[in-house]
Amino acid sequence: MAIAGGTVALGDGSEPIQGGIVVIRDGRIVAAGRGVAVPAGAQVVDATGKWVTPGIVAGFSRVGLVEVDAVDAANDVSARNSPFSAAIDVAPAINPKAQPIAVNRAGGVTRAIVAPGTAKSIFAGQGAVIDLGADMNPITRARAFQFVEFGEDGTQDAGGSRAAAHVLFRNALREAADLGRRTGVSSSGAARAATANDQRTLPLEDQPDNSLLAAGRTRPQDVLLTRFDAAALVPVLQGRQLLMVHVERASDILQTLALRKEFPNLRLVLVGAAEGWTVAKDIAAAGVPVIASALDDLPNSFEELASTQSNIGRMRAAGVHVSIGMIGDNEARQVRQARQYAGNLVAIARLPGATGLTWGQALETITSAPAEAVGLGGEIGSLRPGRRADVVVWDKDPLENGAAAQLVLIDGVQQPLSNHQTKLRDRYRTLPEGALPKAYDR
Amino acid sequence: MSNKSWLFVPAIAVLVGCASAAPPPPREAAAPAAPPKTYSRDPYPSTYRAYPGVLTAIVGGTVFDGEGRRIDNGIVILADGVVRAVGGADTPIPDGATRIDARGKWVTPGVIDIHSHLGDYPSPAVEAHQDGNEVTGPVHPDVWAEHSVWPQDPGFTRALMNGGVTSLEILPGSANLFGGRSVVLKNVPARTVQQMKFPGAPYGLKMACGENPKRVYGSRNQMPGSRMGNIALDRATWARAVEYKRRWDKYERDGGEPPARDIGMDTLRGVLAGEILVQNHCYRADEMANVIDMAKEFGYKVAAFHHAVEAYKIADLLRDNHICAAMWADWYGFKMEAYDGIEENIPLVHKAGGCAIVHSDDPNGIQRLYQEAAKAQAAGRRIGIDVPDEVVWTWLSSNPARALGIDARTGSLRPGKMADVVLWNGNPLSVYTRPERVWVDGALMYDANDPRRRPVTDFELGQPGEGDVK
Repeated sequence: MAIAGGTVALGDGSEPIQGGIVVIRDGRIVAAGRGVAVPAGAQVVDATGKWVTPGIVAGFSRVGLVEVDAVDAANDVSARNSPFSAAIDVAPAINPKAQPIAVNRAGGVTRAIVAPGTAKSIFAGQGAVIDLGADMNPITRARAFQFVEFGEDGTQDAGGSRAAAHVLFRNALREAADLGRRTGVSSSGAARAATANDQRTLPLEDQPDNSLLAAGRTRPQDVLLTRFDAAALVPVLQGRQLLMVHVERASDILQTLALRKEFPNLRLVLVGAAEGWTVAKDIAAAGVPVIASALDDLPNSFEELASTQSNIGRMRAAGVHVSIGMIGDNEARQVRQARQYAGNLVAIARLPGATGLTWGQALETITSAPAEAVGLGGEIGSLRPGRRADVVVWDKDPLENGAAAQLVLIDGVQQPLSNHQTKLRDRYRTLPEGALPKAYDR
Repeated sequence: MSNKSWLFVPAIAVLVGCASAAPPPPREAAAPAAPPKTYSRDPYPSTYRAYPGVLTAIVGGTVFDGEGRRIDNGIVILADGVVRAVGGADTPIPDGATRIDARGKWVTPGVIDIHSHLGDYPSPAVEAHQDGNEVTGPVHPDVWAEHSVWPQDPGFTRALMNGGVTSLEILPGSANLFGGRSVVLKNVPARTVQQMKFPGAPYGLKMACGENPKRVYGSRNQMPGSRMGNIALDRATWARAVEYKRRWDKYERDGGEPPARDIGMDTLRGVLAGEILVQNHCYRADEMANVIDMAKEFGYKVAAFHHAVEAYKIADLLRDNHICAAMWADWYGFKMEAYDGIEENIPLVHKAGGCAIVHSDDPNGIQRLYQEAAKAQAAGRRIGIDVPDEVVWTWLSSNPARALGIDARTGSLRPGKMADVVLWNGNPLSVYTRPERVWVDGALMYDANDPRRRPVTDFELGQPGEGDVK
């Protein structure tokens, strides 16, 4: 298949290419750009006058966990009455038929980083990367990361203070280390594992030799974590699983980066980082990626006093790897707004005193940058050769208000764009009822 | 919205025989009797005064006048706080006018947000600042939002600088059936809320349908615990209000013993008299229809349904009853009564001939109402409803002004109206556009090119990011 004639943006930070061609075979990108040959026999989609980009990757979300936020029975984000925390794994809770998946798919979102929410611990559990395809296999990577709340949310979860959150964190990782030692899962395995990609994708409990959960192994009497939770933190400790940490305040960011002094194998990703621009050099030096809110500019809490829409632009200018996430911002249903947010970052580049992004950089923050933050840049998020063919054809500049996805491919498969909302729209386009009530009109 | 302000018992309750009420007039007064003294309709009067402006000519821009007209290469003259002239390139420019080159730029009336909680749910959103709902009882027409507004809310400045918002209505929240009085403000930084109050704007009464009141009170085993309970308690309250109004009307007409004073009933009497405008939070089509009948039953009017997520299902009914719908562009699914939200809601209401308004209900969304309007416009175009840019602007200016009862004063660039004007650095329906300058009553309150025209609230002084571009 070839998509030809449109303005093609690769999603890697480069600026868009007029009259580009995207070639897809067997669900993967073969080539994209200018001067790409259309293979003989390819089905050609004419995209003249349209824009072609990789599908949007929702950088931080709860898509697929929620049908209606305020309906408890239809909301699987957090588990207030569960005995578990770090062991929680969102993968089995993802509902590929949830309307927010269909609505955001129609909005050109093809993948999402999905995090659980905390309840009684600073550890929320393990998040997944999913696709928004209309099939029953939504998981791109299960257990891609462990999600932790520090800062004000973590303070609440930990019992009332930041200091308590830090103690809770250290205790948990030490209990995990202890469990690892007792069961012979050496943390020196980290280096080996880091090169063995297959091990990273497998959770410990799925591995045939997972001795961490063996019932016979005894643990000290004074542990706080359940065995399952402690076992879930072993790969975090070993650097085989990402640790995604939500912090906003500058001092909390620095304290999070400092955790690596004590736990050198941690592979950190910062989420939020509203005050990140004030410590951007430190974040850049640490080489830790950031998934940030794009447009926070209010001192909504005492940990966001320095918030500004220039945060992402300034961090990027300082060399931070940064992408856009929907942190506490309708993250279960409105990840489609990431495009509008990216467009705003282009807008502020023209404001004196503000720091924005170029168009290509802005698209990168909602495509390849979040994919790379979770270690999937080789698989999704751009139109570079070999990536999964998540491709969207838009009616106009996709960062512009009201741009619409006209063709959405996920793994090269064309996706349906209708949903509950489009059907309501069609039913109520004209109001006068015919011979029968509206309920017969579909 | 999490809220624990019910922990703090309010000092105000029903005041009977208040000392400020007038003594009864003499029974046997000689004709013609002096009119009976009544209570003040405006005991917390606006002290707003326009800040100084200069005679200004904005020249060469694309002008949307806010009433649906567009002028290319237009000229807008601001003088003495009002719009003096609007026209094409041949419009005379008075001597001494400060000329602003608007070529390649756009000029519009300021954005008006009919639904905001700035000040009563301010930033930082700490518990001590949760002042928008008097959640101690479902019927509280006695509370006034202005008594909760914190003028130092940094959100006001963001709405000005990033959103081009020049007037806004601050409402009580939606926990209660009768949430209290709303207040219309000019978006200028001030020490007191009185200094922000839009002079002469009518008050509003916030009412709420649906999930919120029944959830808040039903969970306490209190009425209302259902939608039918909502309406029943509404009707019982309106029935009392009709009686209150009858007694006070009679007293004010005929004199005699003054009826007992009830602060909440004063508000409802004002609604029944057409002096106070009902701003009704309501999502579902069927519930809006119930409210329309209730308003007819008791003889009042609803100015606008707010949120109105299902307005598109009854756009004809809203049009026929002359009720505006204040809507989001694309919110849906955050609660059950928002499940049927669609992106075409605003254009469908517009197409039916109704009064469509883009509102925010959000301290972030208020900064991007012009972008929300553009999204709604695009959604309409996809189904063949092509609303031109200059008509889209009515959703942001003249329509909200009308629903707030301030359309004779602001909401469009008509000569004589308040000079509430935004100069945009591009087409304001593009995501790439931002306000470059904002005038309120002819005073330049924001200039993107001048850091000294960037307001900084008390709260932000000495904090990280003080005075930054936000």
